[in-house]
Amino acid sequence: MKQELEKRWVKGPDGVDFEVEPLRDYYCEAPPTVMPAAYSKIIEGLFNWARAESLWILGFGTGCGAIEMRPLMTPRFDAYRYGIQWRPTPRQSNLFVISGYLSVKTLKRVIRSYEQMPNPKYVVGLGSCTINGGMYFDSYNTITRLDEYLPVDVYITGCMPRPEALLAGFEELKRIIRAGKGEGANQYAERFDWYKANQKRVIHDWDMPDYNW
Amino acid sequence: MSFEWIKIPYALLTLFIVANYGFLLTAVMAKIAARVGRRHGIPVWQNYLDLIKNYGLRSSITHGVMFYLGPVFRLTGGVGLLMFVPTIYGSVMFSNMSFAGDLILALYFVFFGSLGMALGAGESGHPYSAIGVTRGLSQVTAAELPFALAVYAVAVQYQTLSVTEIVAAQQGGILNWTLFTNPIAVAAAMLSFLGSMMRPPFDVVLAPQEIPIGPPTEYHSSYLALMQTNRAIFPIAKIVIYMNLFFGGAASWPVFFLKVFLIYLVSVIVGVVFPRFRVEQSIRWFLIWAVPLGVIAIVIA
Repeated sequence: MKQELEKRWVKGPDGVDFEVEPLRDYYCEAPPTVMPAAYSKIIEGLFNWARAESLWILGFGTGCGAIEMRPLMTPRFDAYRYGIQWRPTPRQSNLFVISGYLSVKTLKRVIRSYEQMPNPKYVVGLGSCTINGGMYFDSYNTITRLDEYLPVDVYITGCMPRPEALLAGFEELKRIIRAGKGEGANQYAERFDWYKANQKRVIHDWDMPDYNW
Repeated sequence: MSFEWIKIPYALLTLFIVANYGFLLTAVMAKIAARVGRRHGIPVWQNYLDLIKNYGLRSSITHGVMFYLGPVFRLTGGVGLLMFVPTIYGSVMFSNMSFAGDLILALYFVFFGSLGMALGAGESGHPYSAIGVTRGLSQVTAAELPFALAVYAVAVQYQTLSVTEIVAAQQGGILNWTLFTNPIAVAAAMLSFLGSMMRPPFDVVLAPQEIPIGPPTEYHSSYLALMQTNRAIFPIAKIVIYMNLFFGGAASWPVFFLKVFLIYLVSVIVGVVFPRFRVEQSIRWFLIWAVPLGVIAIVIA
């Protein structure tokens, strides 16, 4: 446990002493719950259609694959045509593109960002590194299988996959969402203990609550 | 004056038309800006999809009471502004409550949304929100100054504070518009208009690449959807004020759509041509270029 995360007494600017417990005060510790779909099938269908056509990607490049997302924003491939936009904050995004290899240090940030995203949320694994480690298969500090740590909806293979492959992958994800199978967030909540155990197995300096948003 | 209940459906109808026009118009403007960059840009119906998706999100969290009220205040600013100005001049259906409020009230509503947003975003506790709010309030204040001066110049010119009477005085030919009878005030107001539209030279408040999205950093799901609705209504409501004060108002919906589109286009064209100002640059710009114009307009009037 880092020193700044420990419970301590702090003297405020107005001279009043108060107790600070960073893990309690700065995070919400309630574990994720399974959120039911809308009770009406028609409404859920409408929502799923809108979710599929409005994918907001969290602007978080974890590895070298992030470079393949830049051409998608610019004139040549222009993913905005397909309702794909980039958002700078996890609160507003519903798609997390794990772009390439994921070091253990980044995995920690990825988990925190993922948990902050609102419920129907999707994960796309970009590149071979997310499937089997790719060229980092024997590295001491990268993870090899992404779906042990987060529920993944679509994998896009390649090292690197071309932007066209990404677009094809997003179209596949849209089909999954429209079919009502994009329930990664609920899967994460259901198998929360398993995911947490896997995450804690590789992250040794675990200095955050089990669940934080 | 007795209250007529029929005004309520009329007001809702106005709101409905303006909101839908706003959604389509902002998407079209995004498309125009994308075409400048040789992209195709978002589909014109994208705003509706984003809205449905945001309402359809299952989880949402709160940071406190003001966090709830922020988007509500913001929407109130947009809707209130729209209700207290005559949307269609001379139409009983679409004049709404313009008899009850004057220009000062409208000016107040322009600012109301920003203040509500500042309170709500402040409670979210995110540092980027705080930075965005500081920048936003200082820039909006600087941008409001020339607009307020121009509005007073126009009020002095027509000797009234009622928006309806100002529109009435501009009827009967294009040369009766304030644009031609008082060009300096209009110039000051249009410079201020650029500052209030959140378009590139003055969009450091949101600054998507620099401080992630600014004040609404923590806003998501329904809160964000409310704010998106306001993003559609508020620019239109603001343009309606400009149209009424400076460009002769609109006597029918086609004229309304055309004038709002053209006035909106001014800020878009400026936006795609010029890069972003930092906040101190934009304040200096307003104080050096726009405020003196407003002062001259008042002095001449």
